[in-house]
Amino acid sequence: MYGLFRLVLQLLSAQLLCVWVLGSELTFELPDNAKQCFYEDIIIGTKCTLEFQVVTGGHYDVDCRLEDPEGTTLYKEMKKQYDSFTFTAAKNGTYKFCFSNEFSTFTHKTVYFDFQVGDDPPLFPNENRVTALTQMESACVSIHEALKSVIDYQTHFRLREAQGRSRAEDLNTRVAFWSIGEALILLVVSISQVVLLRSFFSDKKTTTTRVGS
Amino acid sequence: MMLAYPAAGVLLILAWIYPSHALYFHIGETEKKCFIEEIPDETMVIGKYRTQLWDKVTSSFLAATPGLGMHVEIKDPDTKIILSRQYGSDGRFTFTSHTPGEHQICLHSNSTKMALFAGGKLRVHLDIQVGEHTNNYPEIAAKDKLTELQLRARQLLDQVEQIQKEQNYQRYREERFRMTSESTNQRVLWWSIAQTLILIVTGIWQMKHLKSFFEAKKLV
Repeated sequence: MYGLFRLVLQLLSAQLLCVWVLGSELTFELPDNAKQCFYEDIIIGTKCTLEFQVVTGGHYDVDCRLEDPEGTTLYKEMKKQYDSFTFTAAKNGTYKFCFSNEFSTFTHKTVYFDFQVGDDPPLFPNENRVTALTQMESACVSIHEALKSVIDYQTHFRLREAQGRSRAEDLNTRVAFWSIGEALILLVVSISQVVLLRSFFSDKKTTTTRVGS
Repeated sequence: MMLAYPAAGVLLILAWIYPSHALYFHIGETEKKCFIEEIPDETMVIGKYRTQLWDKVTSSFLAATPGLGMHVEIKDPDTKIILSRQYGSDGRFTFTSHTPGEHQICLHSNSTKMALFAGGKLRVHLDIQVGEHTNNYPEIAAKDKLTELQLRARQLLDQVEQIQKEQNYQRYREERFRMTSESTNQRVLWWSIAQTLILIVTGIWQMKHLKSFFEAKKLV
């Protein structure tokens, strides 16, 4: 009976934690002359990290601005390609961060950001930790942290590779386009040169210059 | 023991009513917001969203009225639609990728009543979890009856599996990159040769044509 109740309580706490999510990672498209803002409610004292990277578009730069609930700018950078900013929330409330592509006239950009708030939820939320972690458990914890950083590096590598690949594909289409264009221009120019030259001589039938002997 | 059941009941209510701490953003009525997820194959993605509507009377955001839902459309890397469904004001969608690549998750509201949007703002709380983040460890522990150490080992296994899948996907992407570079190389080579040939041929043709033209005009 007690075991069943404990199971129910565990499942319910699990559901509760499902609702409380503590990290968001999104990739979105930012059209030219557009600004996109995201908001998050943060409790005082929480350590937060905002990381962003521009994946595709133009000169691969974007303006980023982070404001606290009272509107004070905590972080502001213009035309940055990649950056990471860590801060501890000094006030309770809604924090706002915006990405702006307003300086660009016709290139839309793809921006990736990762906003981590606080730490990961513990694996066993309803157990009160009385004793210290055993060696095995602390080894597991350090491996987990190391793997998290591996996954994070992999993500950044993937984004840089996506950037390189989109530039290569762009180059490929441009080479094809301009090669065909140049060949056509070449033909048109050479034919029109001949036609123009012919037209110079066809009017002046009477003014043929002959060196008289 | 008697207090246990009401306590459980309260927990259950709290789980669904307590506001989510997820990220949120504002969306206009006809606006379509798209998010890109570049994932390897056989990866599960769970998305949860919650909407709130701006109420001019109370000057705050209230829980959205029923009938105001969001249309979720998910496209795979070949731009084929794998999910296109209407959800209510709160929704949860999930899909598993079958091809590696860029999947696009698009949301737009299905509202047709302009009056609802008189204030102009709809707040959407969104959370998208990918791969091993979709696993609910307390639930897995309860279901499979794992000890703490076993659960930690399971978590590490899941993480390593995700890293492996990503590395595999990286190999596939690098192959595509290499094919694109080789194609560019080929194009540059052949078109340079072709343009040089065209140049020479048109030069020769020009000279021949003009020579015969001038000879006909008795200028040469």
